[in-house]
Amino acid sequence: MYQTTYHRASSVDEAVSLFGKSSEAKFLAGGQTLLPVMKQRLASPSDVIDLGKIKELQGIELSGDTLTIKAGTIYYDIMTNADVKKAIPAIAHLTSVLGDPAVRYRGTIGGSIANNDPAADFPAALLALGATVKTNKRSISAEDFFQGLFTTALEDGEIITAVSFPVPAKAGYEKMRHPASRFALTGVFVAQTKSGEVRVAATGASQSGVMRVPAIEAALKANWSPSAIDGVSISASGLLADIHGTAEYRANLVKVMAQRAVAAAR
Amino acid sequence: MGVEGIGASVVRKEDKRFITGKGRYVDDIKLLGMTHAHFIRSPHAHAKVKGIDSSAALNMPGVVAVLTGQQIVDDKVGNLICGWAITSKDGSPMKMGAWPAMAPETVRFVGQAVAVVIAETKNLARDAAEAVVVNYEELPAVADIHAAIKSGAPQLHPEAPGNQVYDWVIGDEGATDAAFAKAANVVKLDVTNNRLAPNAMEPRAAIADYDAAEEHFTLYTTSQNPHVARLVLSAFYNIAPEHKLRVIAPDVGGGFGSKIFIYPEEMVALWASKKVGRPVKWTGDRTEAFLTDAHGRDHVTHAEMAFDAQNKILGLKVKTYANFGAYMSLFSSSVPTYLYATLLSGQYNIPAIHAEVVGVYTNTTPVDAYRGAGRPEASYLIERLMETAARQLKVDPAQLRRSNFITQFPHQTPVIMAYDTGDFNASLDAAMKAIDYAGFPARKAQAKSQGKLRGIGVSCYIEACGIAPSKAVGSLGAGVGLWESAEVRVNPVGTIEILTGSHSHGQGHETTFCQLVAERLGVPISQVSIVHGDTDKVQFGMGTYGSRSAAVGLTAILKAMEKMEAKAKKIAAHALEASEADIVIENGEFKVTGTDKAIALPMVALAAYTAHNLPDGMEPGLKESAFYDPTNFTFPAGTYICELEVDPGTGKTSFVNFVAADDFGRLINPMIVEGQVHGGLVQGIGQALLEHAIYDANGQPVTASFMDYAMPRADDVPSFNLSHTTTLCPGNPLGIKGCGEAGAIGASAAVINAITDAIGKNNLEMPATPDRVWRTIHAA
Repeated sequence: MYQTTYHRASSVDEAVSLFGKSSEAKFLAGGQTLLPVMKQRLASPSDVIDLGKIKELQGIELSGDTLTIKAGTIYYDIMTNADVKKAIPAIAHLTSVLGDPAVRYRGTIGGSIANNDPAADFPAALLALGATVKTNKRSISAEDFFQGLFTTALEDGEIITAVSFPVPAKAGYEKMRHPASRFALTGVFVAQTKSGEVRVAATGASQSGVMRVPAIEAALKANWSPSAIDGVSISASGLLADIHGTAEYRANLVKVMAQRAVAAAR
Repeated sequence: MGVEGIGASVVRKEDKRFITGKGRYVDDIKLLGMTHAHFIRSPHAHAKVKGIDSSAALNMPGVVAVLTGQQIVDDKVGNLICGWAITSKDGSPMKMGAWPAMAPETVRFVGQAVAVVIAETKNLARDAAEAVVVNYEELPAVADIHAAIKSGAPQLHPEAPGNQVYDWVIGDEGATDAAFAKAANVVKLDVTNNRLAPNAMEPRAAIADYDAAEEHFTLYTTSQNPHVARLVLSAFYNIAPEHKLRVIAPDVGGGFGSKIFIYPEEMVALWASKKVGRPVKWTGDRTEAFLTDAHGRDHVTHAEMAFDAQNKILGLKVKTYANFGAYMSLFSSSVPTYLYATLLSGQYNIPAIHAEVVGVYTNTTPVDAYRGAGRPEASYLIERLMETAARQLKVDPAQLRRSNFITQFPHQTPVIMAYDTGDFNASLDAAMKAIDYAGFPARKAQAKSQGKLRGIGVSCYIEACGIAPSKAVGSLGAGVGLWESAEVRVNPVGTIEILTGSHSHGQGHETTFCQLVAERLGVPISQVSIVHGDTDKVQFGMGTYGSRSAAVGLTAILKAMEKMEAKAKKIAAHALEASEADIVIENGEFKVTGTDKAIALPMVALAAYTAHNLPDGMEPGLKESAFYDPTNFTFPAGTYICELEVDPGTGKTSFVNFVAADDFGRLINPMIVEGQVHGGLVQGIGQALLEHAIYDANGQPVTASFMDYAMPRADDVPSFNLSHTTTLCPGNPLGIKGCGEAGAIGASAAVINAITDAIGKNNLEMPATPDRVWRTIHAA
């Protein structure tokens, strides 16, 4: 790790102010990506601004048909939260299969979506559920927020404060774990909104990051059941390929994981 | 004898310090004035080093020195050696290129060091290393065995034309051809044994401390065999004569073979310590471990097995290409030859065997012994062949094995080994019973009704362990003797120190070796301590690998104990005014048999050291040593059976059951044996399902971190069902065969045999990743 200056912000305003004073600052959430990358000397921020102790970034609220998770909430707290389990059990499940116990005790929802790793789990949930990302400046729809590999709509110094999820009628998430990293080799989140809309998002599959899967959405719109997807064909074109999964395999996983997510949806 | 003797599952003495974080590893050691080394490593798989500009780095804060490959060559530090000479079939010696500790002219794999920065801290050394400018001229590289042996392939070493190290043969080719000529059926198989990275929990590390006044070096290092390290550093690398070099291997966090070898980093640390006049420390990080720890396996093999009309094996033909990487590591040459092809008879009567092994250079990390070393490759090949044969001949795979088992011992195979004892039917029976083999078809049908593909796979392995006797390994080309030594010191107050040439880096010697003393003397193990891992304390030793510490190392302790006991009995008899022949040792006392006359061990020891009243002519003291050289290898064997399910939608494998029935001879501590088997099985399963060290076509490593290289985790493996069938090894007085490698040797074939059974397709390479299994299921 290169030398850096560590700051612990006590409020979002203070974090923003610290960011403005620094030449090359990075916000630190759970540190599950930033710290390993810094240790490998692949990132060298002049200043690291820790958001982990900011009280206003902590907590989960269920209000009517909206579940709001503050950005600094760690996965473990999401996984075990009664409101999450009641309102959107698929999110509790997603969090329970995310990384390993050490990651779940450190990693945060805000950190995950700000990083937008193409194999991260949470972007699929946000996209499928039509969530809204709240920042210190504005509200951004999930659709607009994720803009490709490791790219988001966030501007310099902008801080995610919370994610609001409309409570769906049904939702499910299933993933094939990457055998080494335990990210999603491919994961699919399916959701049926209370107005009857069907949204399906896949992570770990596309070279462009998290994506909607219109063919599966159409099939499920007509018939919400795993067998409805039997006849759907997913193209391998544009999908990721690496030593743990060919593009064809990932195309298969999009379909199989969608079927299993529908079967598991509640 | 007693609750802490042989056969007792005594809790490990050493675990208190490991569990409470009090272990003392090389990186925990800090010396006064210590500097830190950071190596500058090649980013290219093959390149000329055209120049190194360290002027900017030398002006950076805290930099003590920047030393290069040319300087280490100029100072006449020796090139790395390969300690086992192999002769090709044409009679020529193996062909090797030079391997300097840092490359002065040419780099041949990614990660090979070209220079080292010595600085006040690790971070300052790393900062300065980024300012050293190395000018490389890239050369074409080759990483794959098949590509390396093609004409026109990039050539690594002028000494080895065609990138061929040797072309070695074993067995009787004429007899094998004759056997195939009369065969009713021939079974053919091509298999790849995937390259693995060893990944001990503790990365390699070294601290070198040169004392200019005494012209003496001390090296703290992560070694499985500190005396061998001293020998090689002295005799071949010109570091210092043996009496001016002390090598200490303190607590070492796992080796699996990778810490047998003497690596460039230790050599450079020693040399640099003298150059800068201060201690030099190097601790590798995980990426350096992936790049520079000797890898394992990496064979490509074609094999054919001939059967008669009654399904009896007539003969076996094998041709194997072994990837050695860019240089010949210390014992690399022996792994695909004498540690591999000599086990090709497996557990079976095979009248004729012929094997040819071609050793190949590629632009990859050097390959050497890794848990099992050659024997996993042999066992995997034979057990995949037997399964393939059973499918082709349409017979039950267990029955095909049974009908070809060796049942008479000793048994001379056509490939050097003389199996001393065993009962292969017993372990097969035990494993089949444990897994309810007969009930499998019903379970398979049940699984099918739930959309799962269930399979069962058998693996009957045999291995040769102990890696001894010296005369035998010497005749096969080994550069060292492979005995072991021990010393028993009884202190004047009766406590006991055992000095051993074996080295514990996870095996539990500090407990098991004490159990032998408890067994013989009836003293609690708390009164015994084990001293190992320091060339100044232990006179000599060959170290720990090849499942040899109990069979060879513990037997050396037994021999020293017997000498000590004989002397102690003389002292006791003298004190008790009894005949020496009437003295027996029980519960820490020397007793006159049939009487109540006794003298306690501490009193005997005190008498030995006060020497006030010893038998006439007896030397004072109570300390004896012994060297033990066995008469044969030992032959642990057993049967593993794996039952699993494959998810046809994803290709993912889930274990249902895994049973292991091993014959290790006598067990000293069954709990520790169980742990050894668990660890071995996990490594075997890791190879079968997850692990693969991969290079791209240009020799760039693709798997240099745990984000890409899939190490098995606890939830990747099943709970194991272990049992033992025992035939005592006749080759050593304790009847021990060894248990350290069996799991890694036998497990992978059981897994692949089960998956291929489940999916109904025979050809499937390791690792059987979900992607690969899914594609195999759906292949036309």
